[in-house]
Amino acid sequence: MVIGGLTPEAIAFGFFTILTLGGALGVVLNKNLVRGSVWLIVSLFGVAGLFVLLSAPFLAAVQVLVYIGAIGILFTFAVMLTRSMTNLRQRFTSQWWSSLIVVVLLFVVLMAGVVVPVWGNARPEDASTVVATTVDLGVALVDGNQFVLPFEVASLLLTAAMIGAIVIARQHEEE
Amino acid sequence: MVPLWMYLAVAAALFCLGTYTVLSRKNAVAVLMGVELMLNAVNLNLVAFWRFQDPLNMAGQAFTAFVLVVAAAEAAVGLAIIIAMYRSRRSVAVDDVDMLRW
Repeated sequence: MVIGGLTPEAIAFGFFTILTLGGALGVVLNKNLVRGSVWLIVSLFGVAGLFVLLSAPFLAAVQVLVYIGAIGILFTFAVMLTRSMTNLRQRFTSQWWSSLIVVVLLFVVLMAGVVVPVWGNARPEDASTVVATTVDLGVALVDGNQFVLPFEVASLLLTAAMIGAIVIARQHEEE
Repeated sequence: MVPLWMYLAVAAALFCLGTYTVLSRKNAVAVLMGVELMLNAVNLNLVAFWRFQDPLNMAGQAFTAFVLVVAAAEAAVGLAIIIAMYRSRRSVAVDDVDMLRW
């Protein structure tokens, strides 16, 4: 099925690209950080859509749950708990123009690396139609020959980070 | 199927927008949002390369899951530090937190 010369997949890709980059632009440019965190959620949703197009539905679901559900809400809370942000006088630091030059240069280098095959061929022949499923990912994460050690280390890191966050953000009322 | 270089181009643009947010925004929470955008660009790259180069090897998706875990830990600790900083300095502007500058 082709609509106007574009396959539905290309249309979905364009839609999610607009969501991703438009949301990121909203994060960069927005003065009000409550709106900025909503734009961040829009951008993360676009990335989740791109994950679906790349046939990684589990990662898309995790992206929606962890990023939009947890991190987005966490950012909204942080914005509201530190109230000076909505009336911060300037959005950007004084070196905004030099960082703009650096970022534009970085973008040019990255795009050159993507489009021109400097660091190896970035345009392989069409992707294979045989794709591993969520079952394979689940098995790989607990398989002793694959990723069980990083899996356990990640859970330990997460526990340590949560305890650390509680300790850092706690009020020290005894002092 | 949409070719690989288009996904890489989207990830490059997302990474550059995140970098610009980190380098130029004054508000520490906005800086952390920029870090999240950069981590998402990395995730997009990992999944795209996994899909196009080796879709039967789970390393790409597993690494993406670990980046997600690290991003969640980073966001929690970073925002806790920002809240502690706001308590002691009454400010979240990155310019105001320069006690360690020599």
